[in-house]
Amino acid sequence: MLAESLALSAVLFVIGVVGVLTRRNAIIIFMCVELMLNAVNLTFVAFSRVYGAAGQVFVVFVMTVAAAEAAVGLAIIIAIFRHRQTVNLQNINLMKG
Amino acid sequence: MSLPYPLLYLFVFYFFGVVAIASALTFVTRKSPVAAALWLVNTMFALSAEYVLLDAQFIGVMQVLVYAGAIMVVFLFVIMLLNLGHPSEIADQRGLWPRLAAGAIGLILIAEIMVIGGGKVAGKYQVPLGFAADQMQKYGAVGTVARPLFNEYLLAFELTSVLLLVAIAGAVVLGRRRDGRAG
Repeated sequence: MLAESLALSAVLFVIGVVGVLTRRNAIIIFMCVELMLNAVNLTFVAFSRVYGAAGQVFVVFVMTVAAAEAAVGLAIIIAIFRHRQTVNLQNINLMKG
Repeated sequence: MSLPYPLLYLFVFYFFGVVAIASALTFVTRKSPVAAALWLVNTMFALSAEYVLLDAQFIGVMQVLVYAGAIMVVFLFVIMLLNLGHPSEIADQRGLWPRLAAGAIGLILIAEIMVIGGGKVAGKYQVPLGFAADQMQKYGAVGTVARPLFNEYLLAFELTSVLLLVAIAGAVVLGRRRDGRAG
C-alpha cells in the first residue's frame, strides 16, 4: 500500500498548497498548512511500515510542532485582528514593498 | 503491492482515501471558516483511519486526540472569538491570476508525482516483510513508538518540551493586550 499512500498524501499536500495560494482568510490559510502537515504525516507513516518505526516517532514530533505553531500563529492572528479588525490578507500589506 | 491484501482491506483503504480527498477539496472551497474547519476535521478522521490501516494504531489515536480534538478546537475557538462566522466579505477568494498560478503549481506538482511515481524505494534499508506487524506483536502499538522515542530520539524529545514551553510563553505574550489590562 506504499504507492497508494504516497499518492494520497501527495494529492492532499497539493490541495493544501492550492488553498494557501488561493485563499485570503488568514485562518483558512493556517488550516491549509495543517492539511499539508497531515499529508507529510501520512508519508511518514507509510514509510515507517517499510523502514521501521522511526517514521512514527517523527509523526509525534510533527504533531507537537503543529500544536506549537497553531498556538503561536493563532495568537498572532488575534493580535492582528485586534489591531486592524480584519484577518483578510489583502488588507494586511504593511510589509508589501 | 508487496503483500496480497484482502479485498475488504483494499475497499476500506480506498474508501477513506476518497473521503479524505473529497473532504479536503470541500474544505478549501468553503467560504465560511467554520464550515471549512469542520470539513478539515472530517479529513483528519479519514486520515486517522488510514493510519490504523497502515499498522500505526497509536498514531491514529493521536491524530484524533491531538489534531481533531485539540488543534481544531483551538481553530474553531479563535474563529468564534473573532466572530468570523459570517461568510460575507471575510473569506472570499483571490483574483484570477493567483488562482491560475495556484492551478499551474498544482498541475506541476501532480506531474512531478506522476514522473516520480515509477521509482522504487531503496531496498538496502528496507526492513523485512511483516517487521512492523512483528514489532506490534512484541511491544504493542504504543511500545513500537515509545522505544525509539525514548532511546534514540530522547534528546529531540526533551527539546520538543522546550519548544512547547516557548510556544506557550509566546502565545501568552502575543495574546496580551497592550494597555496593560489582563486578558
